[in-house]
Amino acid sequence: MYDIKALYEAESVRGAVELRLAHPEAQVIAGGSDVLVQMREGKLAGKELISIYMLNEIRGVCIDEDENIRIGSLTSFSHITRDPIIRKYINVLGQAVDQVGGPQIRNIGTIGGNTCNGVTSADSSSTLHAWEAVIELTGSEGVRRLPIKEFYIKAGKVDIREGEIQTAILIPKSSYENTYGSYIKYSMRNAMDIATLGTSVNVRLSADKKTVERARIAFGVAGPVPMRAPYAEETVHGHPLSEELAERFSKAVLEDINPRDSWRASRAFRQHIAVESAKRAFIESVKLCGGEL
Amino acid sequence: MAENHVMQYKVVHCNINGKDVEKTVDVRASLTDMLRDDYRLTSIKKGCEVGECGACTVLIDGETFNSCIYLAVWAEGKRILTLEGLTGPNGELSDIQQAFVDEAAVQCGFCTPGFILTACEILETGEEYTDDELRKLLSGHLCRCTGYENILRAVKKTMYKRLGRELPQ
Repeated sequence: MYDIKALYEAESVRGAVELRLAHPEAQVIAGGSDVLVQMREGKLAGKELISIYMLNEIRGVCIDEDENIRIGSLTSFSHITRDPIIRKYINVLGQAVDQVGGPQIRNIGTIGGNTCNGVTSADSSSTLHAWEAVIELTGSEGVRRLPIKEFYIKAGKVDIREGEIQTAILIPKSSYENTYGSYIKYSMRNAMDIATLGTSVNVRLSADKKTVERARIAFGVAGPVPMRAPYAEETVHGHPLSEELAERFSKAVLEDINPRDSWRASRAFRQHIAVESAKRAFIESVKLCGGEL
Repeated sequence: MAENHVMQYKVVHCNINGKDVEKTVDVRASLTDMLRDDYRLTSIKKGCEVGECGACTVLIDGETFNSCIYLAVWAEGKRILTLEGLTGPNGELSDIQQAFVDEAAVQCGFCTPGFILTACEILETGEEYTDDELRKLLSGHLCRCTGYENILRAVKKTMYKRLGRELPQ
């Protein structure tokens, strides 16, 4: 038995918005793999819950009329990994979320919950940052969309306003077209562990596959929120492919990131694995694009 | 419970082990609570109760879930399978249960129902997996007795049997 003060089950997105307005103190629960655990720990004990888990209308992946990849916020990690659209256009996202927790967690955990938590270690988040995802929030005044970078305010805090719920995550066509990426999760165990560092790189090459047209990289646990490494990206932009370029790219990330000392790993160790992961993920992304170093 | 808690109950209709059922449940109940206390399905174990050990695993619409971190009210309209639903009408064991017996993949038995249900999800795909893939697919369960090797072997053996192939040496 959970210490739930009251449970409000939303039956539609509109109903969820009304419940949010009527019960501003209540905690929204999607899959519950974080909320229910925190309730058990006592952190959220005695809270009111607004459950949105039954809202099938915000579950699933499709291509919308503007050719964005539209991922409903309640889509579970395992469904993202298996989805044919994800596999075709942004396979790295499926690979990244396939490293969350264990199999049962991936069946219940949702990408919306993973991002709304605002934690830096979320396995989906570095990849979503690296692909410039757009967060869609629905409130009483309609739909609001903002870049994922702006959605994260600080550790544990995201830009969800009164009465809003997150309804989708969008990947614009300009972002996923001809682009291939790789994610490296560094953690102590192969399952049921949180990333010591998460590194997501994606690359688009010129038509002759000799030049880097665009490279993007984002980290989890390299700072209080997931972050891009713009200096490193700029370093390789428009440059011809070479092994030396991969080297330069990976070293440049040190100008961008600001990891901390924690019981999981020291700042110096995180910096070390950031450089190595950036290099490996860059080389892998180039290979997936059909390029040679 | 403090008086500021509003008592709420809800009728939950679902299908458990092939049978359509309904019961009024407390909205604060986890699915583990409902299945164990209201339906007496005690193959589901309360282990960590925070979704780490896998002892409470059930299949919901064919997918594995930790029933300890799943609200009972979410079971509305779902098809749930527990270990009790695997045995035949006279208690005959299914192939995967028999494999666990044959391979001595059981010692204290606390993790076994969960492991077997995850094995069901794996075997239902009809695919052939490598040992590394099987290890990853089984990684949501903790076993403190067997060291996992016998469990892996039981799943692997049943996988090849269902694929109609010899177990590779």
